[in-house]
Amino acid sequence: MNLRSSLGIVRGLGSAKNGTHHWWLQRLTAVALVPLSIWLVAAIVCLSGADYATAVQWFKSPINAALMVAALFAIFYHAQLGVQVVFEDYIHTGWVKMTAQIALKFACILLGLLAAIAVLKVTFGA
Amino acid sequence: MHSLWGQKQMNRSTRPLSPHLQVYRLQLTSGLSVLHRGTGILLTIGTLLLVCWLAALAAGPEAYAATQAWFGTWYMKVLLFGWSAALFYHLCNGIRHLFWDAGMGYELKHAYASGYAVLIATAVLTLATWIAA
Ligand code: HEM
Repeated sequence: MNLRSSLGIVRGLGSAKNGTHHWWLQRLTAVALVPLSIWLVAAIVCLSGADYATAVQWFKSPINAALMVAALFAIFYHAQLGVQVVFEDYIHTGWVKMTAQIALKFACILLGLLAAIAVLKVTFGA
Repeated sequence: MHSLWGQKQMNRSTRPLSPHLQVYRLQLTSGLSVLHRGTGILLTIGTLLLVCWLAALAAGPEAYAATQAWFGTWYMKVLLFGWSAALFYHLCNGIRHLFWDAGMGYELKHAYASGYAVLIATAVLTLATWIAA
């Protein structure tokens, strides 16, 4: 005898959650990353030997700053969605999976904020 | 166990099975698929380097100089080379994925052709980047 309803048992089998939304955002961020990642590589090549003053000057350009923040946003969003799927595939213990997913989300948000604020500090700094 | 799927025993022989790794001959298509996941994970870790570099720049001239010197070492250059190759592979194969999502390129010979194209494009873009750098 079980107190769970038939519907509850079926739901317990999983899914019918936000799969489409996740899939779509993975694609949307991928499309955004096509130009942004090419731009990022070009930017890194340009700045690879740059001294401090040159690098700071480079980030004073609103276009460069905006594109860098946009790239960071797209990368961290896309990476979070992507690694989430990897965790779902390989971690089979409920609480470990949940903990890993939460840690992943928090880490992506924090690192993304850190990087974006660093960019803005250089852009707006003296 | 409440086996709502109790019938599954009946279907066992007719269901398609996922490849069993020990007896599965790696093909170009499956190899590239594994590589997409591998490069995705590598790129995620590599992004930490970008965060380091930006944080160092924001921290000031000394931190920035130290980070630039670190990126100039031979082992960091090797890592960066790997990162660039991973990015170009994932980018090109990602575009391949997007075409599939649009319903194109599923013909077996097309899947192979686009697979080879991705490998060649990755090599060309990676080399061009390091010649420019
Ligand atoms: C630094 C940048 C990037 C990072 C950190 C990253 C990371 C990831 C990760 C972790 C995954 C999950 C892999 C898996 O589930 O097997 C993934 C999947 C994917 N990535 Fe990226 N990626 C980046 C750039 C790009 C770019 C530029 C594209 C361009 C089209 C792209 C397209 C895709 C697509 C389409 C998928 C889904 C593949 C699938 O459904 O199996 N990614 N990415």
